[in-house]
Amino acid sequence: MRRFLGLATVAVLSLATAACTAGSHSGAGGHVTITLYNGQHLQTTDALVTAFEKATGIGVAVRSNDEDVLDAEIVAEGSRSPADVILTENSPALEYLQAKGLLSPLDRATLARTPRRFSSPQADWVGVSARVSVLIYNPGLIHKAALPTRVIDLADSRYKGELAFAPDETDFQPVVTSVLRTYGRAATLHWLDGIKANAGSHIYPDNEAISSAVNRGIVAFGVVNQYYWYRMRAEIGSGNIHSEIAYFVPRDPGYVIDVSGAGVLRSSTHQAAAQRFVAFLVSKTAQEIIAHSISFEYPIASGVQSAQPETPFGELKPNPIDIADLGTGAQAIALLHEVQLL
Amino acid sequence: MRVVTVSTPLPAPALRRAATEEGATVTRNKRRPVALLAASVFVLAVLVLPLAFLLTEAGGAGVSNVWHLIWRSLTASLLWNTVRLTVVVTALCAVIGTLAAYGVERTDLPGRHVWAVLVVVPFAIPDFVVSFGWSSLSTWVQGFRGAVLVMTLAVYPLVYLPVAASLRGADPGQEEIARSLGASGLETFFRVTLGQARRAILGGCLLVALLILAEYGAFEILGYQTFTTEIFSEFNVGLDPATACALSLVLVVLSLVVLVGEGASRGGGRLSRSGPGAQRVLVRKKLGRARLFVLGAYALLVLGALGVPVGSCVYWIFEGGVPAVAGISLGSAALYTVAYGLGAALVATLMALPVALLVVRHPARLHFLLERTTFLVLAIPGLVVALALSYFSTHYAGGFANQSAPLLVLAYSIMFFPLALVCVRASVAQAPVGLDEVAGSLGVRRLPALFRVTLPLVAPGLGAAFCLVFLSAVTELTATLILIPINAATLATQFWAYQQNLSYAQAAPFALVIIAVAAVPSYVLGRFFDRLPRRGSAQAPVVVT
Repeated sequence: MRRFLGLATVAVLSLATAACTAGSHSGAGGHVTITLYNGQHLQTTDALVTAFEKATGIGVAVRSNDEDVLDAEIVAEGSRSPADVILTENSPALEYLQAKGLLSPLDRATLARTPRRFSSPQADWVGVSARVSVLIYNPGLIHKAALPTRVIDLADSRYKGELAFAPDETDFQPVVTSVLRTYGRAATLHWLDGIKANAGSHIYPDNEAISSAVNRGIVAFGVVNQYYWYRMRAEIGSGNIHSEIAYFVPRDPGYVIDVSGAGVLRSSTHQAAAQRFVAFLVSKTAQEIIAHSISFEYPIASGVQSAQPETPFGELKPNPIDIADLGTGAQAIALLHEVQLL
Repeated sequence: MRVVTVSTPLPAPALRRAATEEGATVTRNKRRPVALLAASVFVLAVLVLPLAFLLTEAGGAGVSNVWHLIWRSLTASLLWNTVRLTVVVTALCAVIGTLAAYGVERTDLPGRHVWAVLVVVPFAIPDFVVSFGWSSLSTWVQGFRGAVLVMTLAVYPLVYLPVAASLRGADPGQEEIARSLGASGLETFFRVTLGQARRAILGGCLLVALLILAEYGAFEILGYQTFTTEIFSEFNVGLDPATACALSLVLVVLSLVVLVGEGASRGGGRLSRSGPGAQRVLVRKKLGRARLFVLGAYALLVLGALGVPVGSCVYWIFEGGVPAVAGISLGSAALYTVAYGLGAALVATLMALPVALLVVRHPARLHFLLERTTFLVLAIPGLVVALALSYFSTHYAGGFANQSAPLLVLAYSIMFFPLALVCVRASVAQAPVGLDEVAGSLGVRRLPALFRVTLPLVAPGLGAAFCLVFLSAVTELTATLILIPINAATLATQFWAYQQNLSYAQAAPFALVIIAVAAVPSYVLGRFFDRLPRRGSAQAPVVVT
């Protein structure tokens, strides 16, 4: 027994040491390693981080999770947060940190790379890439002509049992906020009740789950961002695709551009390297990577256009709601709470 | 069926051994167990951290606020979803686990040694992999029915293992007596056989129910909302943990109900053998014409629980699209996984030892209550345990060890402590305390006696605890996502990242490696339960009294 325990201890210690050495990344050779809290999809982030490390020699340690979880971690960690940079999928997560005074102002040159309307009005974070909200539908279950063309019609009772959406997905909050700004609080609550009833049990945890469910014919259509469909097609092969995407009518409140952005943490002890990383994200090199990656996001900085066969960014006709109006998402969350979708 | 009675002469050494062992459980140690008590209190203090966190957070939000958050129609629908799933799956597991055990232990099922292994191996497959496998097979597998199917196939071994062990230890003589008194075959099965296995069945059901309450990954894939998935959602959007904590408190209350319910239905009756301790030769029930049907049932069970998950992983490896996500390699993820798992297994086993010794060797109402409350930990979602540790680290320890391997190992140790305790306790209960006393009377001091006498005696239980915790840690997902050190990844987190990105082809190999890593300890565990109860009909390991 003692021998067993002894062996076990040795095994544990040696493996733990191995794991620790494999994990520790910093310091060696005097070069800097920054820590990135990543709320973006791995597809996008991996390629960008690799290119940055190659170009600058600065190491990047990545911690990935849902952007709201990362926000909560940063707030809890306070001045001791290991994060130097945060990269999110949506603007509200950054607006939230900015409102708490946790972000450093960005270099002017960095901000100048991205059209102003896609960055923080207060200049604490910069827009990196963008996506647009659409409907994904299964033509085997619903004809394109029968789809709602305005977001408000999603609550129409004729779609009972056919609609899918993800109330806790961060991509959905901007749609709710947009509806709120257009129609007001009472109508939005009514609308939420309607889509909740229409969805029934088709309430999903995220957009990937909606895309997959629609594609497999579990539910007729759902609200997602356009790139989920393109990515799904790339991942599972076009032979397995049984769904299409459809846009809302121009300037409909459901037709929302979601901006993914990055900021430097005020608590970062590597301000210069962190600023360099964010500057890199909006550089031509990084934007080209986004343009060609199979994340299917739209590059929005340095004048780069998407190289993927999707509706060109310039031809989109979204609701002209701005970043400040989308805010921190708190209002949308409160409404979702009120109708007990959360 | 013709009852064949075979009389076996009882060898003298067996008689003596039986007598000593019978004495072991009743002998009450008179010395006050100060060191044991101190160690146990320390362990319990660690275990109570998640609960303390929940109360602190909920307290911070204000009682009326929390009450308002709980008292909503959403809570009612979550309650309905959670309760009906728990009840149905627990019942199904009870039936399937018990029948499977009965077939292997009591009938002339062909190839029963192979089946005995095959029906246990699914325990090594993470619930979310079973879920992944089934849901990619058919769109039928979703929502409530999907959750019932997947969870039943994923957790029935928790009933099978203790029931098989208890049937093996039970006295077949009682069944023969029942038959000789005129009871029919079915009547004997229900009144005697099930009676003997009752505590094992209930113990298994308890674990099943608690695990379902805390499950997350499988339900997220199936799109089924329970308290635990909603706690995750709240945490993901809330930015304010009060709601998540309020819902977690409801979950804790639910698991208290399960615990008390199990305690009450277990009853106070004692089961004892009619013979003096040696096993009668078992006469296996002949399946006869039902044999083909029973074989088919076993094949279906193994196909569903083992074949589908493994098969669909293999399918996706060949069928998936382009690899889209770079990430940590299979090898280094496996290294991290095994290292964290071994660490957790060691710590949890060491934590369980003093508590098991205290409860078995110094039985007292208070000690018993303390032990039972540790089961609450099983129903607390991994996310909450992780948040609690992270919270205490940042608020009271200056961020010390946050997102570090030791904190992750501690989280695992807390989460899987009850499983370790179950195994260690079973072994301690079987180790004759007399030998300790003999060592004492021969002048060996207590600590050396612990190493030289007690530990070797309870070694099988320590080994089983080690395996069970290792197995659980290897498949753990939600606490890992929060506490994992930067740049590290485990097989489970990497599988999850790929699966979430719909990169099934890349996710699949990680699932297969998890199964391979977990298969070894689950086999060892099967062997432990196989050997354990050679006496005392109701002493199956999970059935802790």
